[in-house]
Amino acid sequence: MTGKGKRETGKVLLQVEDLHATVEGKEILKGVDLTVKTGEVHAIMGPNGSGKSTLAQVLAGHPAYTVTAGQVLYEGKDLLAMAPEQRAREGVFLAFQYPVAIRGITNAYFLRSAVNAIRKHRGEEELGPVEFMDALEEKLKAIGWDSSYLTRPVNDGFSGGEKKRNEILQLAVLDPRLAILDETDSGLDIDALKTVAHTVDKLRRPDNATVLVTHYYRILTHIRPDFVHVLADGRIVKSGGKELALELEEKGYDWLREAAPVA
Amino acid sequence: MTDVDRYLAAFKAFAGNGAGRAPSWLKEIREGAIARFAELGFPTTKQEEWRFTSVAAIAETRFSHPPSRIPHPVQSQIESLFMGTGPRVVLVDGRYAPELSSAAGRPAGVRVESLASAVAHGPGSELAREHLARHARWHDSPFAALNTAFLADGAFVHVPAGANVEQPLEVLFLSSGGPATDSPTVSHPRSLMVIERGARAAVVETYAGLGDGVYWSNAVTEVVVGEGARAELYRVQREGPHGLQVATTHSRQERDSFLGAHVVTLGAALARHDITTVLAGAGAELILNGLYLLRDDQHADHHTVIDHAQPHCASHEYFNGVLAGRAHGVFTGRIIVRPGAQRTDSKQTNNNLLLSTEARADSQPQLEIYADDVKCTHGSTVGPIDQTQLYYLRSRGLSPDAARSILTYGFGAEILDRMRHPAVRDRLDQLIRERLA
Repeated sequence: MTGKGKRETGKVLLQVEDLHATVEGKEILKGVDLTVKTGEVHAIMGPNGSGKSTLAQVLAGHPAYTVTAGQVLYEGKDLLAMAPEQRAREGVFLAFQYPVAIRGITNAYFLRSAVNAIRKHRGEEELGPVEFMDALEEKLKAIGWDSSYLTRPVNDGFSGGEKKRNEILQLAVLDPRLAILDETDSGLDIDALKTVAHTVDKLRRPDNATVLVTHYYRILTHIRPDFVHVLADGRIVKSGGKELALELEEKGYDWLREAAPVA
Repeated sequence: MTDVDRYLAAFKAFAGNGAGRAPSWLKEIREGAIARFAELGFPTTKQEEWRFTSVAAIAETRFSHPPSRIPHPVQSQIESLFMGTGPRVVLVDGRYAPELSSAAGRPAGVRVESLASAVAHGPGSELAREHLARHARWHDSPFAALNTAFLADGAFVHVPAGANVEQPLEVLFLSSGGPATDSPTVSHPRSLMVIERGARAAVVETYAGLGDGVYWSNAVTEVVVGEGARAELYRVQREGPHGLQVATTHSRQERDSFLGAHVVTLGAALARHDITTVLAGAGAELILNGLYLLRDDQHADHHTVIDHAQPHCASHEYFNGVLAGRAHGVFTGRIIVRPGAQRTDSKQTNNNLLLSTEARADSQPQLEIYADDVKCTHGSTVGPIDQTQLYYLRSRGLSPDAARSILTYGFGAEILDRMRHPAVRDRLDQLIRERLA
């Protein structure tokens, strides 16, 4: 079993093998293989409808998706056997493409509930409202927010950009081992993008890893990935270094789609 | 003897008794009201306004007026029912309870007292004559008519022009409804609240049952908010588990006034609350904000009317329901925009959370718009816990139970957020948390 001492760079954190998944009976993932080691940043790119978001949601445990074949090991453990909250407590975090609004619940209460659920799981003491606010201050500043965002209901009435920043705030506060960012860059103006990218970049450590699901090249100029994968029609059809992203930016996806095996 | 005849006989006895002390204008109103009640009779579910709520349990029960010898509770027993420590008037089974009431901390000129004494003498008598039974539409409602016919005492709140009152002014209507009354009893709680020009005040009106017996509380409240005044009205219903409550609340707002009317419904086996708010002066603003938390076999029906009679008024109405067990929540939201009420801005929302498959909610918006330059929106939802929200919270490490509890509380917290008196809001927050725990 993976022990707490084994947190140096280069250990396999996530291993996805031949993953097949369906939603409402339709197969979206058709055999995905992906290995992510600690210290790495992986970018998953691909055209609309290729299965990028499905992959992200399957890893987080979205109940609408059914895994029909394959396996996912996280720190050597069967990730797919875990409930969504269990995955979160073990250090998996998904920044949602479409963050969910919750009326009546303040951002502060939501964040503190999440932090405390995870702290409790780790056997750490839960944080009271005051301690929590103290711990939060710096992280708020990093994303360019003041505390007024904490007293607003979760994502309710937030602009698209504010919702994305709120996901990054959660990322910073929860400090996961595996962060999956599902199109966090889409809908952000250039300043917001820089802020988000900078925050994500600062969270990089030798003992954690990031999977960036994105449509666009531009975020990759701020968060430099170690690996770029192209997902097309439910499979990873090409993998390479960060130069692959630039090639995609220039050539688009069609040349790969033609090369992809027909399902 | 028919259901209605019983009340006519009771009125005869009442009018020939203690009621004789009332001024003649009030006697006339009572006579008119009992006559109107006799004409209208009890409503049936065949009537559109009563489609979802049967009052057979009220019409068919032989209620008596509670005997005056019922011992009152002591102060410590009811202290938890108050939101603050400010001035208060307490009525038990419709009768003024001076030993439980208090004028402590009452700013000069502000009155929180027995309605009977206000009617009888002092500066209140003119105001009572001007406003009492002049607003609530007892001609249209048999229940308001019956309350008015038996109008003897109640609560009177008066905040004079320009006064600024920090402490909430409290009105508490208690119903014994317990072992002390061996047969079902009825009382007719009555409130008149006059917040004059430019004044600021928060008033809390609480209805509570002391026992678990069957009783009927038939309440009417009239609220007048003067020009430029800013008022918060909190109405908390905590009747007993077998209590039956029918209530009418009628507010009238003058020019540029603000009224935050907050309704929290927790109690009673059967509750029907008709709320009519009239925006009678240009530039008036209303927040009508309600929450019903029901369980077991509770039934609560909120029937609201927002009457935009003048231009440039804004009304924002939000009612949330959380329904567990076999509870049934009904919400009807009627918005009337009168001819000439241009630049009306009106928004209505009713969201219902069903916590069990047997719980039920009915939601009916009714928009009647007779002006062309207006902004009116409405929306309602009825359904179980949102699966997307549940998943979102779980993806952040919260257990399904914790996530459900947060989402349920969110329905209440959303309503609490609009309350502007911090101490009252905190107390109600605590009450709602206890109820949902």
